[in-house]
Amino acid sequence: MNEFIQNLIPLVVAVVGSMAWLAVNALVLVYCERKFAGHIQRRPGPFEVGPHGVLQTLIDGLKLMGKQLLTPDNADRFLYWLAPILSMIPVLLLFMPIPYGPVLTGMEVDLGLLLILAFSSFNGLALILAGWGSNNKWGILGAARAVAQTVAYEIPLLLTVLAIAFMTGTLNLTEITAQQAGHIGNWFIWKQPLAFIIFIVAMFGETNRAPFDLAEAESELTAGFHTEYSSMGFGLFFMAEYGYMVVICSICSVLFLGGFHGPIPGIEGWWWMLIKTYALLFLMIWARWTFPRVRFDQLLNINWKWLLPLATFNLLATALIMKL
Amino acid sequence: MNALRKHVIQPILDCWSLLVGLKITGKYFCKPLITVHYPRQVIDSENLSTYGGHVELVGMPKDPAMPKCISCMMCVTNCPSNCLKVVKSKPPATTPEQEQAWKEAEERGEKVVRPKAPKQPTKFMYDYTLCSLCGTCIDNCPVNTLRFSSNIYWVATSRKEMHIDLLARLREQAAEVSASAPKPEARPAAAQKEA
Repeated sequence: MNEFIQNLIPLVVAVVGSMAWLAVNALVLVYCERKFAGHIQRRPGPFEVGPHGVLQTLIDGLKLMGKQLLTPDNADRFLYWLAPILSMIPVLLLFMPIPYGPVLTGMEVDLGLLLILAFSSFNGLALILAGWGSNNKWGILGAARAVAQTVAYEIPLLLTVLAIAFMTGTLNLTEITAQQAGHIGNWFIWKQPLAFIIFIVAMFGETNRAPFDLAEAESELTAGFHTEYSSMGFGLFFMAEYGYMVVICSICSVLFLGGFHGPIPGIEGWWWMLIKTYALLFLMIWARWTFPRVRFDQLLNINWKWLLPLATFNLLATALIMKL
Repeated sequence: MNALRKHVIQPILDCWSLLVGLKITGKYFCKPLITVHYPRQVIDSENLSTYGGHVELVGMPKDPAMPKCISCMMCVTNCPSNCLKVVKSKPPATTPEQEQAWKEAEERGEKVVRPKAPKQPTKFMYDYTLCSLCGTCIDNCPVNTLRFSSNIYWVATSRKEMHIDLLARLREQAAEVSASAPKPEARPAAAQKEA
């Protein structure tokens, strides 16, 4: 019993910690995104609330919470309200196995990578439930797109991750990080450059981010799957989207950029992980305000005709080299 | 080979354009902002001079309170939004004795010069709620008495405030100019008198 409690306490701390981390990230990233967009378009972005508008997202969050929760007529109430929760809850779990620092790991899991890939697929289910449950044509179109997209982009993502797993012989993220210890030359980006590029592209598709944000293409589908959601129903989807962004960028920095190891041997710590993750997040934001949205057939063509064959080739080549 | 180039090599080369795009937005990100934070900053005069606000009257060079307008009604006729209203001046009132005298003079065969109405309008009303800022009135004015104002920070809280009396506005502007400027014309005139 005593041992059980001893195991439980760190787990609870980790869950609470990842909740806080997720909320803080959502606030910071939304602010950064709006500021970044503003400066790219040579305007200041949010400016009035707090110094340089730093409190803007907090106020927006409060505003969202203050709004009425509406359920549309003829909506499937159960599925409609299940969807945002189902979108949000797995994100908290996804932070668990990621090693943010030498000791800053929520829970060391031997199959951490598998856990993350499995639970991040819940988002696809949540999106289709949201679209289907809200009894709205835009919703269902957005959901159909979201599912076609996430299912398609999951495959090259899995294949690149598998290539790393072949190289390291483990699915434990802490172990994968440990194998990249030392200097910058040990990072897997040099051994798997093609996988890194495929991962980056698939990352955009998997998180429904521009230029692959077909599921919520404003110009065509008003807001896609979350058209009917108000208040924190929408807020949860929004937070989950940023949560998935943080998760996938963290995984990318663990798999390819050496996790919490610095470029020079000796200095390691959570700040490296933070810097790498945020650099990737800024790349995502930068890309969003640079590239126009692709057409849906183009989106699927990129995946099935380019990413999938390249990822398969990469995997086979990795397997061959590892065997030799 | 052609198909290979078209479907495989070209798309890979085209990926370069993605980096070019990122470079462009990255460059803009580093450039200074071009918007103006209104309450804390105001627009510089260079940009203000190209701003086309609502229509306003231009005064005569010698008497800035009087418009150059000759009440020809070209602006009113050409306005597609019917937002201008000009009332012509009436000739000065005459007494019956004067009329009688002129009539007699005409009967004698003399040339009579009856007093004409002044050219300036008595009313020049402008409805900004209707104006589409097309500038047709300005283009059609034969004496260039209309122009776009640089009244950029103007705010009205009711529709009524948007019905502007342009003549009153011109008088106010002239009063402001004469109040702020140290009257460079007044001094030479006084000096001449003394001489």
